[in-house]
Amino acid sequence: MQIPASFDYDRATDVAHAIALLQRHGPETRVVAGGHSLLPMMKLRLARPERLIDINDLRELDFIRRDGTMLRVGALVRHTALLESAEVAQLFPIIRDAEQVIADPVVRNRGTIGGSLCQADPAEDLSTVCDVLAAVAIIRGPGGERSLPMAQFHRGPYETAVAPDELLCEIHFPIHPLSSSAYEKVERRTGDWAVTAAGATVTLSEDGSIADAAVGLTAVGLDGVVAGIAELLRGRPPGEELFAEAGLLAAAAARPIEDQRGPVDYKRHLADELTRRVLRRACARAAQTRAQKG
Amino acid sequence: MRMNGGEVTRDVEPRVLLVHYIRDVLGLTGTHWGCDTSNCGTCVVLMDGEPVKSCTVLAAMAAGHDIRTVEGLANGATLDPVQQGFMEEHGLQCGFCTPGMMLTARALLDRNPDPDDAEIRQAISGQICRCTGYATIVRSVKWAAKNPLGTDSGTGAAEPGDTPATEDVKA
Repeated sequence: MQIPASFDYDRATDVAHAIALLQRHGPETRVVAGGHSLLPMMKLRLARPERLIDINDLRELDFIRRDGTMLRVGALVRHTALLESAEVAQLFPIIRDAEQVIADPVVRNRGTIGGSLCQADPAEDLSTVCDVLAAVAIIRGPGGERSLPMAQFHRGPYETAVAPDELLCEIHFPIHPLSSSAYEKVERRTGDWAVTAAGATVTLSEDGSIADAAVGLTAVGLDGVVAGIAELLRGRPPGEELFAEAGLLAAAAARPIEDQRGPVDYKRHLADELTRRVLRRACARAAQTRAQKG
Repeated sequence: MRMNGGEVTRDVEPRVLLVHYIRDVLGLTGTHWGCDTSNCGTCVVLMDGEPVKSCTVLAAMAAGHDIRTVEGLANGATLDPVQQGFMEEHGLQCGFCTPGMMLTARALLDRNPDPDDAEIRQAISGQICRCTGYATIVRSVKWAAKNPLGTDSGTGAAEPGDTPATEDVKA
């Protein structure tokens, strides 16, 4: 029987209360939302926080809202809500692609976007999605609010820039017209962590050539997006040869390690192939958006 | 919390998981306890109408919420159509996954009264049938979708709509 070690439990009533509790009880306190990463680790005694602060009552963090040229997503939004949002699917199909392959429907009913990002598992899908979309994290603490680009949010495996007395509150996704995106993952069985996954976003110019692009990889040791992808693709029309060049660049950027999910060569091959596929799909989707707008 | 419609209050340690609270504290052993790692889904209960894996929810986190277990599916002596479907279409073999499967089916049908095979398979994809009897589970859910009021079979209580009207018999 897996039972967590003893801990104290508080239920926060709002963001200010949660931050006050974090401040009062110190760094051995952890925030729990969906609990589907933290509780299994506590059951295995890999994590032994002295106190949990339950933020599930913080309805103020449970929203998906378009605000001018950005989409604001509260940290407490469940995976299921992201998957089922028509607005998210239309603006950022990469999010729906990824949500379809995160765990299973029952787990997605509990897990949250904020929890996934703060857990910062190297094989976690939404971290790649947020990197690729150049999302911005809104973090609140005793000193007020600060915003942090995704590139500075992740500090390494299971480590983020969120201080022990701070709370991730929102994620902002910039909206670009004529832009689209895609995500694809290879896993050993449905709902498992990625062997390798790739995400891409592409913005087209009025003439149909690529104006901007980003590619990210999951579970292959790459922090942030693949360097040089935008420079490679910018100004050129979408096409198989171009996607192949980008695939090679992504494979070279990957730093996979051999583990029970596969050898290095296989993961590097996946980085190449999946990069081509997500660029192909993101370009096709962006072209469709362009056709609809034109 | 509300458990199958009734209010329950107990003092428990924060580390008590919802599945153990339901089984050991409340004595409702219809909810099964399997892998303990939120993979197998046999511990699924409905929390505010949504299926959740109760081995990965603290009992304290469920305080104030509405929990429904397999014991709360039947209405008195009348089985839920999902339960009837599992009887009619042989949806269970060993029975270990059955309570969780039936609760997920109930939640699915509450949202989508006429799911196709793919939607049913998607809904139960977080739950494992160790007998691999998925085909009959899907058929059972479809039976429940086709018979939203159930029938009197196995319940001992006749449903008004089930007896053909006299005019129909004459015709």
